[in-house]
Amino acid sequence: MHERNLILSRRDLEFLLHDWLRVEELTALPRFAEHSRETFDAVLELAADLATERFAPHNKRNDAEEPRFEEGRVVLHDEVAPALRAAAEAGLLSATMDESAGGLQLPHVVGTAVQAWFHAANVGTWAYAMLTVANANLLLAHAAPELVERYVPDMLAGRVHGTMCLSEPQAGSSLADITTRAEPRSDGTHVLTGTKMWISGGDHELGENIVHLVLAKVPGGPPGVKGISLFLVPKVLPDGTRNPVVLTGINHKMGWRGTVNTVLSFEGATGWLVGAEGRGLAAMFHMMNEARVGVGAGAAALAYTGYLKSLDYAKSRPQGRPAGAKNPSTPMVPIIEHADVRRMLLAQKAYAEGALALVLYCGMLVDTGERELLEVLTPIAKSWPSQWGLEANALAIQVHGGYGYTREYDVEQHYRDNRLNPIHEGTHGIQGADLLGRKVRTPGFEQLCARIADTAARAGSKELQQALDRLVEVTEILHAHPDAEERLANASVYLEAAGHIVVAWLWVDQALATGDRQDALARGKRAAAQYFLRFELPKVGPQLELLATLDRTTLDTEPTWL
Amino acid sequence: MNIVVLVKQVPDTYSERKLSSGDHTLDRDATDAVLDEIDERAVESALQLKEANDGSEVTVVAMGPDRATDAIRKALSMGADKAVHLSDEAIHGTDAIGTAKALVKVLGTLEGTDLVLAGNEASDGRTGAVPAMVAELLGLPSLTHARELTVDGGTVTVRRETDDGVTVLTAELPAVVSVNEKINEPRYPSFKGIMAAKKKPVTTLTLADAGIEPSDVGLSAAWSTVTESNPKPPKSGGEKVEDEGDGGSKIAAFLVGQKLI
Ligand SMILES: Cc1cc2nc3c(=O)[nH]c(=O)nc-3n(C[C@H](O)[C@H](O)[C@H](O)COP(=O)(O)OP(=O)(O)OC[C@H]3O[C@@H](n4cnc5c(N)ncnc54)[C@H](O)[C@@H]3O)c2cc1C
Repeated sequence: MHERNLILSRRDLEFLLHDWLRVEELTALPRFAEHSRETFDAVLELAADLATERFAPHNKRNDAEEPRFEEGRVVLHDEVAPALRAAAEAGLLSATMDESAGGLQLPHVVGTAVQAWFHAANVGTWAYAMLTVANANLLLAHAAPELVERYVPDMLAGRVHGTMCLSEPQAGSSLADITTRAEPRSDGTHVLTGTKMWISGGDHELGENIVHLVLAKVPGGPPGVKGISLFLVPKVLPDGTRNPVVLTGINHKMGWRGTVNTVLSFEGATGWLVGAEGRGLAAMFHMMNEARVGVGAGAAALAYTGYLKSLDYAKSRPQGRPAGAKNPSTPMVPIIEHADVRRMLLAQKAYAEGALALVLYCGMLVDTGERELLEVLTPIAKSWPSQWGLEANALAIQVHGGYGYTREYDVEQHYRDNRLNPIHEGTHGIQGADLLGRKVRTPGFEQLCARIADTAARAGSKELQQALDRLVEVTEILHAHPDAEERLANASVYLEAAGHIVVAWLWVDQALATGDRQDALARGKRAAAQYFLRFELPKVGPQLELLATLDRTTLDTEPTWL
Repeated sequence: MNIVVLVKQVPDTYSERKLSSGDHTLDRDATDAVLDEIDERAVESALQLKEANDGSEVTVVAMGPDRATDAIRKALSMGADKAVHLSDEAIHGTDAIGTAKALVKVLGTLEGTDLVLAGNEASDGRTGAVPAMVAELLGLPSLTHARELTVDGGTVTVRRETDDGVTVLTAELPAVVSVNEKINEPRYPSFKGIMAAKKKPVTTLTLADAGIEPSDVGLSAAWSTVTESNPKPPKSGGEKVEDEGDGGSKIAAFLVGQKLI
């Protein structure tokens, strides 16, 4: 039995995947030949059911009952493990993987939608699965066959979990400065020593073992990123003994409380090299596009569920009377009748559905193999949903008034959970530097501009074309500028402007896909597209002007003045 | 053991259900359609029996419009082996008796059926009569409202649970058993199951294929007729009772006033 679902909208997903992206056409590619619309719809229904029935019910409990640190162990409440087991048993962890790895070659675009259900229902629990899948993908791509054999099948079956150990207390954004050391042993293994900070899922008893993927430096190697290698360090060694990976503390966070976040001390732990020595960061980055788009997808999903919940609330909360009403004895109207509340709902719709469209589009690019375009869109797909999805959650709280500020309602938790997304997997600032410093110089940028121009032409959208033209001009001005510090000083502003233009493009494109349909969904899409073009896109103008003048305000402000 | 499960596609319970203005039958296009949850439980029972009895086969039988294939696929992706779908324009509006007659004909196309399973009562029509009627027409034992079900050799035993109490019933196979909502928790399909379902055989029959007389089914054969229907009026505001220490007696007075106590 389904309740009215406030996690995601099945109808919108159907529109985005089928009417807009036409994902069924992917089945013409040999990789997806076994699939059809039926299998896509059935797996989405399965995800929706599991997310609704097994994950959503303990989302608030995850927040209220944080993981505890007791006698060196992590204690989680009892609903986490069964939910993860159900998702693994359903085969959803390996869904998009190769058949040879036990997967079913579901297109990434559909896989992204599958994940969105779990993100929106309960990100704290789902994170354990995400980390495990990311870890398994990395092993499949880079690890020796015997390591893959030893761990990956158990990971995909939900018996073994995974982590990503990059950050250290003194090295977060700047991974070149990590200090964890890996000393080679004569038997080919390495001995790892050092402290890793912020490790999600770093210790728990959800399964039989935990596979840590650890960045570390082999002594004598070159300085900087070229000296970083990647190691597989299991919590339990193949002979059944405990590897000295010591849980030294857990971090108490603003959100994502269901996912335990740990400080791990590697005290002479045994590790196996994954990939070539010195190629550790490269191996990690190989998976980074997917991981970063995944962060964006999570942010979009949280924005989406907040939107649906505030929409539901706005329809049922009577308060005030229409602006023109004179007679105080007339009944109060539901707040959705107020234009300003509809503004907040439209903004959320524009952010949430725009962000979801963006990450699904990126999923599609993985499937069609358009890597160059994906590369350029990745920092935007990571950052735009993280920034505006959070704003959507702030508006969801606002729509609820004082009630939204209480823990009775879900939206304040969504906001806190979503606040992580601009921070991890490369902060907002790091994404800006990536986009302006590297990505816009690649062929993908021209491909992106061509796609935007094509949509603008088909829709006859002058606003979109003008914004694009100015973006291209400003990009050229910045490129031509010799001083790197000045060029990159306002990279975050560039990221935000480019992000808004990209999402405006996707909105215009969605509106085009509604054709002359007159149903509520189609009209809603067109209204949100119009909202985006009128309320949001104009914000880009002043940002691009600031960039064009290579504004030095931030550079010229001395640290001592602040 | 050959097990047949009768399944129905129904409007999802969260959808607003409407009758169509023309013939007062359910407006199926206006709702999301799903495999009835009670039938998921019947499928689950069948799969459990199959798992416990090597060499068993589970066949699902559905009667309904083209899009009922979605409900059939769901049952197949849970693990049923094959399906028969009676799909014919002429079955639109069929009542419980007509449905039972038609299902019996469809069951006649299958050989060697040992056990027919069904949900106790569909969540849309809610007549709760079809399984017993099917048993009657087939001349088989009818075991309804099963909360527990076991098969031992050629004998089926159920714990029958109704508002009146619990009874243990035993019958020789073949028999017809209908299950209630407490019998089990249906499994989720797996993604592998979804992919496998695509390749499982689904036989689609018309009335003629199944040897069903057109005069036995459809709206015109129904024993009852809906002559008029109106949507239920919107909820009115209700009456608020302020509790100033005498809330209890005010509520009692209200109920007396409504002739409810
Ligand atoms: C809940 C949570 C879970 C996490 N999970 C994991 C995990 O599982 N595994 C893991 O390895 N890590 C994990 N992290 C760590 C996360 O990736 C880092 O916090 C992040 O990379 C930022 O590093 P930092 O915290 O050291 O901040 P810093 O790097 O110190 O950054 C502080 C600020 O300075 C800015 N800044 C830094 N360098 C530059 C620069 N060169 N140019 C411009 N601005 C700059 C940043 O944008 C930021 O605003 C997690 C973090 C959190 C909070």
